[in-house]
Amino acid sequence: MNLILSIAWTHVTHRARQTLVAIAGVMMGVGFSIMMAAMMEGSQDDFIKTLVDALPHISVTDELREPTRQPAEIVYQAAEFHGLTPEARRPGIKNPMAIIASLQSWVPGALTPSVQSKAVLRFAGRNLTLSIVGIDPRTEVGVSNLATHMRQGTLVSLYRASNAILLGDRLATKIGARVNSNVTLTSAQGAVMTARVVGMFHSGFRVTDETTGYVLLKTAQILEMQTGIVNEIRVRARDPMNARLISERIGEQTGYKSISWQEAQEDLLSTITLRNVLMYTIVGAILLVASFGTYNIISTITHEKIRDIAILKSLGFRNQAIRSIFIIEAGLVGLAGALLGWLLGYLLTWGVASLEFKTPFSDYNHLPVLYTMKHYLLATAVALASSLIAGYFPAHAAARLHPVDIIRGAT
Amino acid sequence: MTPLIEARNVTKILAGTVPVTLVKDINLAIMPREFVAITGPSGSGKSSLLYLLGLLDLPTIGDVLIDGRSTNVMLEDERAEVRLSRIGFVFQFHFLLPEFSITENVALPMRALGGLSARAAASRAEELLSSFGLSDHLRKTPDQLSGGQRQRVAVARALANDPPVILADEPTGSLDTLATSQVFDILRDLVTRGGKTVVAVTHDLNLAARMHRRIHVVDGRIASDEATALAANAQ
Ligand SMILES: Nc1ncnc2c1ncn2[C@@H]1O[C@H](COP(=O)(O)OP(=O)(O)O)[C@@H](O)[C@H]1O
Ligand SMILES: [Mg+2]
Repeated sequence: MNLILSIAWTHVTHRARQTLVAIAGVMMGVGFSIMMAAMMEGSQDDFIKTLVDALPHISVTDELREPTRQPAEIVYQAAEFHGLTPEARRPGIKNPMAIIASLQSWVPGALTPSVQSKAVLRFAGRNLTLSIVGIDPRTEVGVSNLATHMRQGTLVSLYRASNAILLGDRLATKIGARVNSNVTLTSAQGAVMTARVVGMFHSGFRVTDETTGYVLLKTAQILEMQTGIVNEIRVRARDPMNARLISERIGEQTGYKSISWQEAQEDLLSTITLRNVLMYTIVGAILLVASFGTYNIISTITHEKIRDIAILKSLGFRNQAIRSIFIIEAGLVGLAGALLGWLLGYLLTWGVASLEFKTPFSDYNHLPVLYTMKHYLLATAVALASSLIAGYFPAHAAARLHPVDIIRGAT
Repeated sequence: MTPLIEARNVTKILAGTVPVTLVKDINLAIMPREFVAITGPSGSGKSSLLYLLGLLDLPTIGDVLIDGRSTNVMLEDERAEVRLSRIGFVFQFHFLLPEFSITENVALPMRALGGLSARAAASRAEELLSSFGLSDHLRKTPDQLSGGQRQRVAVARALANDPPVILADEPTGSLDTLATSQVFDILRDLVTRGGKTVVAVTHDLNLAARMHRRIHVVDGRIASDEATALAANAQ
């Protein structure tokens, strides 16, 4: 073995108890950091996955990317116009089926047309405002998880009655409606119809489950009082992370406003970023605290070994060699701690993931965790770096010792 | 002939509220194959002088030349290199590393200097130790040996890199009569048979008389520097 390494090795192995305490410190730091990162990123991934599952990855609406130009602007060259009232525009996406067909040729994923509408639902003397979504059950399946969220009935049940509606389970419970109940819908446009409840869904999102109803496209078009209207095309991308890019291209191609889930949830995503900053700060702090243990033992060893240091220096060991001895010792402690920390971290993560929770607020009864090598390597890098830095200071002080001062004192 | 060690106007003053002069205006030359005693009252500056001659300490004024090379302009690492290869030190207390076997202790300077494999260093260390009658103790750690044995290990370690000169600070100061004469015989043989130079601080005038040259230090100055009767008779 290399001389410096063997001296370092001898120092740490001859102080088994102190060394183990320092190693345990680093191990705890690395272990808990890994567990925390696994939990934080696990819950974040789970959250994003739920979000991504629940929302359309991309929503193309009938708003135009640029305001429509006034006919006068087209005809006359002028710097600016005043006093023109915007032209009343027929709502809805023009030629929706043609657009869908053309998008289908390149968009990696599935598309479906829908009609977003608002209506007041009246049942048993209660009035509630409802978001009505007109869907095409055949293509809806490829775009949303509505089909899997059905508690009663299926999407196809919508064909059972001439005006059929699927209600969120919370809404149904609130108003006391059941399957086959007849509810009255009054749209903003003034259309009034009686619809039969043919099914219930539970998405897990409270707002959706309390305020949304699904109907057929045709039914929603009647409520909007406009035949053939489609005011939203929803897209489910094969890779949700590509949604932003695809969304941009769709917007460019169609001229309609196209929003990816990332843009729609910008606030939430920036909260997640903030949460990550917090997490890494805390994890860093844990590892930093662990490095105090390393500092402690290296500092102790350099004090106990002050005479040995003087001997080595008087023999002709260079400062660099002396410094290396103690930095290597810190590295050994850090490395051993980190490797044991991997094991601890894995076990803790596994333990946390296997805990069962029963909460009335969520459908999940296990904490989501994420196993990734990234956490292990990152924690190791930080633990090693802080151990080495912690070791450097006492090592540097030891290397600068003047051997004569110690030798004189010893004789 | 170039002196192995030469002190030119060496003065060492310790800075402080009351500056302490450890040695003053030292001029001396140590030639190859000399056997030199440094004597003087306790606190007269013998150890301080030895540290300066051995490059463990830097003079405040003056210069120490090793093989004719000035050392006060050297970098710390260069002085360390000279100590490692050209000078062997023996202290009053053995100053061996407690966790290592005596073989490892003796091999230490060889491995620090480099050039020898760990195995070659260990076998040379064993040879040295065996030549000092320690062949039965090669695997022992220092605390398993007697004071005299430990001091012989210290001499072996000083010889590790085969330096031309050994500096010893009261090497027998803490030993009983028997151990003292064993260690002294080793040092003398190093000069008479090994062709080494030995400079040893001692307060034992009988031992000093058995050496070849005696430098007497009083209050940090050289009071006298002359050949002993033994050396004079031999000529
Ligand atoms: N660090 C120090 N501070 C103050 N005085 C010191 C220090 N080291 C040594 N001395 C003094 O310097 C003088 C010379 O010491 P030393 O060289 O050890 O003498 P010797 O070896 O001859 O006994 C002594 O008087 C000692 O007390
Ligand atoms: Mg002394």
